[in-house]
Amino acid sequence: MNEQTRNLIENLMAEYVSRIDNDDLERWPDLFTDKCLYSVTNRENHAQGYAHGAIWANSKGMLKDRVSALREANIYEEQVYRHIGDAVRLITLDNDIVTVQSNFMVVRTMHTGDIHLFATGMYLDRIRIQGDTALFEERIVVCDSQKIDTLLAIPL
Amino acid sequence: MTDIIATSGGVKWPSDKVSTIPFQVYTDENQYKIENERIFKGSTWNYLCLDAELPEPGSFIVSRIGETPIVITRDEDGQLNGFVNRCAHRGSLLCLKHKGKAENLTCVYHAWSYDLKGNLTGVAFQRGVKRQGGMPDQFKKEDYNLRKIHVTEFSGLVFGSFSDDAPDIESYLGSEIADRIRRVLNRPVRILGHNTQVLNNNWKLYMENTKDSYHASILHTFFTTFELNRLNQKGGIIVDDSGGNHVSYSKIDPSLSNDDYGSQNIRSSKDEYRLEDPSLLDGVDEYGDGVTLQILTVFPGLVLQQIQNAIAIRQIVPTGVETTELVWTYLGFQDDDEAMVERRLKQANLAGPAGFISMEDGAVGNFVQRGINGTEEDTSVVMMGGETAESQAFRATETSVRGFWKKYRTLIEGQVPNA
Ligand code: FES
Ligand SMILES: [Fe+2]
Repeated sequence: MNEQTRNLIENLMAEYVSRIDNDDLERWPDLFTDKCLYSVTNRENHAQGYAHGAIWANSKGMLKDRVSALREANIYEEQVYRHIGDAVRLITLDNDIVTVQSNFMVVRTMHTGDIHLFATGMYLDRIRIQGDTALFEERIVVCDSQKIDTLLAIPL
Repeated sequence: MTDIIATSGGVKWPSDKVSTIPFQVYTDENQYKIENERIFKGSTWNYLCLDAELPEPGSFIVSRIGETPIVITRDEDGQLNGFVNRCAHRGSLLCLKHKGKAENLTCVYHAWSYDLKGNLTGVAFQRGVKRQGGMPDQFKKEDYNLRKIHVTEFSGLVFGSFSDDAPDIESYLGSEIADRIRRVLNRPVRILGHNTQVLNNNWKLYMENTKDSYHASILHTFFTTFELNRLNQKGGIIVDDSGGNHVSYSKIDPSLSNDDYGSQNIRSSKDEYRLEDPSLLDGVDEYGDGVTLQILTVFPGLVLQQIQNAIAIRQIVPTGVETTELVWTYLGFQDDDEAMVERRLKQANLAGPAGFISMEDGAVGNFVQRGINGTEEDTSVVMMGGETAESQAFRATETSVRGFWKKYRTLIEGQVPNA
């Protein structure tokens, strides 16, 4: 992976986290290609080859709908995430498609001030590089635990 | 009646009706212990797992009845067996893995081992070591089998009971409920995935929520926006005679208007809201009867869901007075083609911990739990649609919530309440 590609990917990762953690969700789907796969699953499902995801979207439209549902329809107590991640690890590099892995930890803080370690896991990404943009073609969020506390409103 | 309430030792009810619920039932430690004896270990059928999760002889899986750990096996004869997942020696958990295959079950602590029917077959060093130690002659292995429970299967669902008095499963379900389970689980299933939602509330608040058709179109506005579940759809509630089991269903009926909604002061029906990718709701009428939604419960802890083509099982597992686990199993069928699998994966966004039309259910029980903190001496009211628990041809009702309490009080108090 050349330096430019690594920069693009690191930038994409940073934007992803910032758009979620800073409540800039409307711009979160823009980090994906039009046809894409975004799924929040867990280790067990992933190991068994089960395709189900608590969130499962195969288009940018579905991601936008997720955001508008959160804004317009769904009821949940005010909460914020703080993502902590590590450096991405290169898995394969194939023309325009780079597959990488990284680890994440998400702490959820409720409006009451309660703080919980909400999720830890792995991002499995297929990233499309085109010129000077990098976009997720696929992001599988593999949570270590199969348990989800209360609800999963904001994407991981 | 008063005597019975007194001798039941549990929370006192204001009357013999089921339309006024004392908040204490959600907070009282002693009530929780009574529930374990009279409900979970009483004459009930508790959902454990799918038949499909025990595909061959030697398959085992662990589950729970109330907080009691259970293991279910398929033995060499293909029969299902269930026992407490507890070694008869010192009580250690026996199966530590969630599921697997084994010829026998061996405890890690002192290696007592059991066959797949739960009989003790081996005791390490039973004759001692070099003729020293060992079990006394009066020790008989047959006195130390695993604690067995009754296991039964219905439409691929496996249930367990501690009680010798539980009726056969079809009578327990009631014929109308049984038919509607058969309707959904009408062919071999395929598992699409699992997750577990941790609910910070008493288990009954979740069961009531699932039976509460009154809230469905009010709390969950995603649902109403896309006309999946409006109170003026054709539909209704079926409650079985015992009260504990119910079905809530609706059918799209374009001839009915949605006028009833406009005048209500409810946060609902955002007509300007349209999906960017409406393929989410491209359902097919796979049962050929136009039913777009069927939510079914079996007392005390099973929910079977059909929301369009999103089929799921939810097992309600109490983990403390104020905590519950909701174990989700998302299903398809073996004859699903690729398009159908994709449809189910998409529609799975509707329900579950991140469900567009159900995520609120994970939180609302906790809103009640927090709301009643400190004033448990008060009561809640469930009078929509009357004070009894019969089937009704409309969904703006709390009849099946009252049904829940009818069954609950019958088991706790040993007498059917006034419902
Ligand atoms: S506790 Fe199981 S063998 Fe001793
Ligand atoms: Fe609900």
